[in-house]
Amino acid sequence: MIALSALVRRDVRVALRVGGGALIGVLFFLTVVVLMPFAVGPDLALLKQLGPAILWLGALLASLLTLDRLFMADHEDGSLDVILMSRTPLELACAAKALAHWLAVGLPLIIATPVLGLLLNLDGAATGAVALTLFVGTPALTFTGMIGAALAVTLRRGGLLLAVLVLPLSIPVLIFGVAASQAAISGPLPFGTPFSILCALSLASLVIGPFAAAMSLRQGLD
Amino acid sequence: MKLTGRGLRCERGQREVFSGLDFMVAAGEAVAVTGPNGAGKTSLLRLTAGLLALAGGSIALEGGEPDLTLPEQAHYLGHRDALKPALSVSENLSFWQDFLGGDAAETSHALSVVGLDHVAHLPAAVLSAGQRRRLSVARLLAVKRPVWLLDEPTSALDTEGQNTFAAIMTGHLAGGGLILAATHAPLDVAARELRMGAVG
Repeated sequence: MIALSALVRRDVRVALRVGGGALIGVLFFLTVVVLMPFAVGPDLALLKQLGPAILWLGALLASLLTLDRLFMADHEDGSLDVILMSRTPLELACAAKALAHWLAVGLPLIIATPVLGLLLNLDGAATGAVALTLFVGTPALTFTGMIGAALAVTLRRGGLLLAVLVLPLSIPVLIFGVAASQAAISGPLPFGTPFSILCALSLASLVIGPFAAAMSLRQGLD
Repeated sequence: MKLTGRGLRCERGQREVFSGLDFMVAAGEAVAVTGPNGAGKTSLLRLTAGLLALAGGSIALEGGEPDLTLPEQAHYLGHRDALKPALSVSENLSFWQDFLGGDAAETSHALSVVGLDHVAHLPAAVLSAGQRRRLSVARLLAVKRPVWLLDEPTSALDTEGQNTFAAIMTGHLAGGGLILAATHAPLDVAARELRMGAVG
């Protein structure tokens, strides 16, 4: 337990320091969402309709942007070797790293959502619904993305490969995240149905992600 | 305690690096692995550390903790320092000490032994290559493990640092530890030599 909390604390601390991923992620999210009203034009009704989708896409891209460093940074500086040799099971270490990534990158996105909701003409209830779906859905993005991040280390390719691997996996999360937000705003579906599926997707990825990532890292020993 | 490797075979990228290699390190003994570049010195250390898959043969540690695997009882000091530039010297060391399960009281002691106590608050990004190496050596002291696998341990260290490191190794051997070190320079402690051949 001490080992895992130490790993979470270290990763969060590294992400929050100058040049870390936390600030980059939230700034990228801000940029994407702020650009949208300029691209779509001053049609308030259209913005309101597109709002949840824009916020979700922004969050997806922002978390993808910082994910490729999740294991690559540790691989490059040799920390991954020491982590592999430790008494902590690799699956738990992977889960701790993903949790730290979510705390440092995912959580700030959710906190920024109410501010950005104003730019997209979303009212209080709609912003709350989007923030809630992001709160439940972004862990799924991180924990499925972690599989791609581990494969990037194994295959020694970063960047674009990660996007190609991870984006298809995040399609279900995107569908049900946006569907739940839309249901809360305009109906006609009840909010609970897509939201429950989103929760299920998150829980499943919490279980599958660490095992798949650890398996990939073990395969990629070099 | 005794570390033995029998009939080891190593492949990197479909190419055989070495095969039929045997070695033995007893408690309190240091073995210097020497040989030309590309002979497989680093590969042998990484095989022993469990960071490379064996293509053949077996490595075993007799007389260690029965519940733990060999990598879990070993320290690997590689070319890369396992340091985060954004964290301070003491944060880096206390992270590894927490993560690997060392004694918290050892952290400041380890830093003073390697001569880094005066820069403990500085970020690791500003350290020189020799200071980074000293900080990774401090990890060996902060967390007790019987088997030390050292890859070019004295590279980047100055004369004083090499003397300090020799004293650290002597202390480790006197405590019943064992050392397997790949090196080009003399190891500065009494060591048996394991000579690895040139690439075929």
